[in-house]
Amino acid sequence: MSRRPYIRPVSKVSWWLSQPRYIRYMAREASCIFIGAYSGVLVVGLIRLSQGAAAWGAFLETLQSPVSIAFHLFALAFALYHTTTWFNVTPKAMPLQFGQTPVPGGAIIGAHYLGWILVSGLILFLVGV
Amino acid sequence: MNIIKTDVLIIGAGGAGLRAAIAIAELDPSIQVALISKVYPMRSHTVAAEGGAAGVAREDDSFENHFNDTVTGGDWMSDQDAVEFFVHEAPKELTQMEHWGCPWSRKPDGHIAVRPFGGMKVERTWYAADKTGFHMLHTLFQTSLKFPSIQRFDEYYSTDLIVVDGCCRGATAIEMRSGQMHTFSARAVIIATGGAGRIFPFTTNGAIKTGDGMAMAYRAGVALKDMEFIQYHPTGLPGTGILITEGSRGEGGLLVNKDGYRYLQDYDLGPPDPSPRNKAMELGPRDRLSQAFWHEQKKGRTIKTPHGDVVHLDLRHLGEKKINERLPMVRELATAYVGVDPVYEPIPVRPVIHYTMGGIDTDINAATSIDGLFAAGECACVSINGANRLGSNSLTEILVFGARAGQSAVQILAADSPQVDEAAIHEQANAAKARIADLFLASGGGETVSGLRREMNDTMESGAGIYRTDASLRESSAVIKDIRRRFADIELQDKSNVYNTDLIQVLELGAMIDVAQALIISALERKESRGSHQRLDFTERDDKSYLRHSLASFVKGGDPEISYRDVTITRSQPGERVYGGGEQK
Amino acid sequence: MSNRIVELEILRYNPETDEEPKFQTFSVPCAEDWVVLDAINYIKDELDRTLSYRWSCHMAVCGSCGMMINGEPMLSCKSFLRDLPDRIRVEPLTNFPIERDLVVVMDDFMDKLDSVKPFLIPREEKTVDEGEFLQTPAQLSKFKQYTLCINCTLCYAACPQYAHNEGFVGPAALALAHRYNLDSRDVGRSARADVVASNAGIWECSFVGACSEVCPHGVDPAAAIQQTKIASSVDYFRDMLIPGRRS
Ligand SMILES: Cc1cc2nc3c(=O)[nH]c(=O)nc-3n(C[C@H](O)[C@H](O)[C@H](O)COP(=O)(O)OP(=O)(O)OC[C@H]3O[C@@H](n4cnc5c(N)ncnc54)[C@H](O)[C@@H]3O)c2cc1C
Ligand code: FES
Repeated sequence: MSRRPYIRPVSKVSWWLSQPRYIRYMAREASCIFIGAYSGVLVVGLIRLSQGAAAWGAFLETLQSPVSIAFHLFALAFALYHTTTWFNVTPKAMPLQFGQTPVPGGAIIGAHYLGWILVSGLILFLVGV
Repeated sequence: MNIIKTDVLIIGAGGAGLRAAIAIAELDPSIQVALISKVYPMRSHTVAAEGGAAGVAREDDSFENHFNDTVTGGDWMSDQDAVEFFVHEAPKELTQMEHWGCPWSRKPDGHIAVRPFGGMKVERTWYAADKTGFHMLHTLFQTSLKFPSIQRFDEYYSTDLIVVDGCCRGATAIEMRSGQMHTFSARAVIIATGGAGRIFPFTTNGAIKTGDGMAMAYRAGVALKDMEFIQYHPTGLPGTGILITEGSRGEGGLLVNKDGYRYLQDYDLGPPDPSPRNKAMELGPRDRLSQAFWHEQKKGRTIKTPHGDVVHLDLRHLGEKKINERLPMVRELATAYVGVDPVYEPIPVRPVIHYTMGGIDTDINAATSIDGLFAAGECACVSINGANRLGSNSLTEILVFGARAGQSAVQILAADSPQVDEAAIHEQANAAKARIADLFLASGGGETVSGLRREMNDTMESGAGIYRTDASLRESSAVIKDIRRRFADIELQDKSNVYNTDLIQVLELGAMIDVAQALIISALERKESRGSHQRLDFTERDDKSYLRHSLASFVKGGDPEISYRDVTITRSQPGERVYGGGEQK
Repeated sequence: MSNRIVELEILRYNPETDEEPKFQTFSVPCAEDWVVLDAINYIKDELDRTLSYRWSCHMAVCGSCGMMINGEPMLSCKSFLRDLPDRIRVEPLTNFPIERDLVVVMDDFMDKLDSVKPFLIPREEKTVDEGEFLQTPAQLSKFKQYTLCINCTLCYAACPQYAHNEGFVGPAALALAHRYNLDSRDVGRSARADVVASNAGIWECSFVGACSEVCPHGVDPAAAIQQTKIASSVDYFRDMLIPGRRS
């Protein structure tokens, strides 16, 4: 005669396929895998460099293989995606307000892009490009 | 049956009920409070109030001004001792809300801001943008969580009061999620169940405003006072009845007819200053504005729409910035529900049932004629609102008299002996339970809640609307009697226990029928025109015969008995209600 | 009334007779300007009185009428049929147990709301006669957005973290805590931190952001949570670096 609340099952595995916004979230999270892998490549490069000219040359050679190029393009795309998604949410995490007027989200995002460009430019300058 | 013992039982967790609960908890944390509500507290209809709450705040204002505006606005039907108390308590209560965190809108210097409202001589309406009731209700609810002595019973539907030897000793309530009936045994009971706008078809009131508490008190023997006075708000959205707050006129909105003409100047409300002076034109009282609409409609100067005739509320000259800052909800609602963005187009509006001035007869201490039974908020009639409530007085009223009811309950606990006659409580609780059980058993009658509710709604609008006559009221009275008879033939389609809303709606309809009948008979007997009660057959105010509260007493199976009580007059003798240019500033 | 016929597939569940929920379809003749709630009310009044659901204000402010409408958590009184196809699937809010039909069990949410101490813990004591606490419009606008939550729980229905871990305090409650933390009159942040900055609080959030996308009043709980994370990290490092700061 009485209450029997029904609990709907939630899939532990495929839940994120149920909504486009969950898929976008998973893509953002997954993008860090490529960024992680790319860091791995950089570390290997450093080790190779320390092992002498021959090792370094071989490493550079491998980088030019089609598989490596494809990987780097992928990693670049995901890194960009990762960066833009996080930049786009910065106004939420770090809102600014002058007096009563909130700084528009676009300005906060823009400042991040500007910072990114400046830092990249500085690095390029330092490595002498 | 399950008995829940408590010290004070509060029925209703809207603004008034929550305020009462907090008052008790603050006065004495050892007093147990049971707070029951048929919806989660933050769903209570106080949440819908937009415009603001009145309380003297400015240097150039005074208690006397607020008193005079309220008494004049109420067409001298208000009890002046109650109004006096009310205006003095108002700023304290509103400041108290501030101390609890209510996000009142502010002036640049950090003090609270006030806005003009209809019928008020000086700006004194405190506001939180245009979501004042929402913020007040959430502030009260959240504050109530501080107090362990307040025990909530959410989604409990109260059905009957328990009265033993002339003393109120509790109430019965259905726990909606299980269908179980519980008995609350208490030494004092406060009813704070809100208004009864839902007896009409076109209303700003939410689905829960069905007059349950009024009906419970009425059946238990407390009179319903001044029920004939029901307020039409002049600016509701056609179709849904969603309210466009008076605050929009307070900020400078203008009302125009189909020719773009500010028609209020034809009804003794002028002069048509470009932005209306206080108590004139668009800032006149609600009864006058709604009546003016009715006359414009008769003259064929309103605008036809599929949802009835409308006039236009024009906010365009306020500009986008001011609208967004002061009236964001108005913009949101108009855009969503009628597809009109007030920044660019005028909003179609028409009068809509809004507020029940009448209610459970209480004295200035919120006490009813039954010992231990109190009432506060829209369900009660103290009376400060008289024949026409001024906008923004009722949000303050729920605080002032909610707190007062709490204090009064605490006082009688001290005086009252804790002995209660448990057998008598059981007996009444069982009777209440049997009444519900009968509903489950009834079959074959063929009547439905929705059908009867629609008939009741229609007859209330046609017979007891903005203008009434003897004939229209008699006709409605006959229809209601017929509906009452057929109510016994309602057959529950839903026979289950868990969250049975079919059952709840039947009980609500029962309450509404009682309240509707009290309203019609009170209106029939009041052979004069005053405030919101306008008779085409008795067009003048008649102080000689009717400067009196009407009291409708329940008679089982028949029309209520109407008796009268003199209005309390302390310092303002009845005069003419003058608005517009006629008023001396 | 217009002659648009809308098919509503409603997930029904009566605990007293049904083993599990199942869909039932109703054909409803609808007017142009109706919202989904109007169609459901039509079913209740004309077709099937046993249908259970919550609603009251019909103006998107009481927070009662949240439902899944074509898979998306929405207020049914603010979901216009003109924006929806002729076949509409209506289910009770996800991530909550179903009490009956479209009514879900709210206990967990109410407890969470309570747990964050959502009331003003004032900076200074002041009597009513001493007047109001001053607060400039700028100070008010810092937290105003977070006062707008109507407790409709759409954000809990949208949150995958809450779906997988019902211990999570959740978006609305955390946003409300943030509202008080940001209030210039309040000093309750550390009192709230036990719950708010716990593992079941802000740190459970992985910033999916779904809560903010479905919020009918633009409260943006995701933003509130990220801001709280930053504030609480700053607290943490300060406590570490400045000896004796935390007594
Ligand atoms: C759209 C709108 C706008 C308004 N704007 C303003 C304004 O700007 N200024 C102003 O001053 N006034 C305004 N008002 C009027 C004012 O909001 C109300 O009069 C006031 O909020 C009523 O509060 P209350 O506590 O008496 O009742 P409510 O808030 O309606 O609460 C009633 C409570 O009783 C409970 N209840 C009812 N029946 C039962 C039962 N059988 N069993 C258990 N519990 C029950 C309900 O669950 C609820 O908790 C407005 C009203 C409306 C409708
Ligand atoms: S009915 Fe109140 S929010 Fe939808």
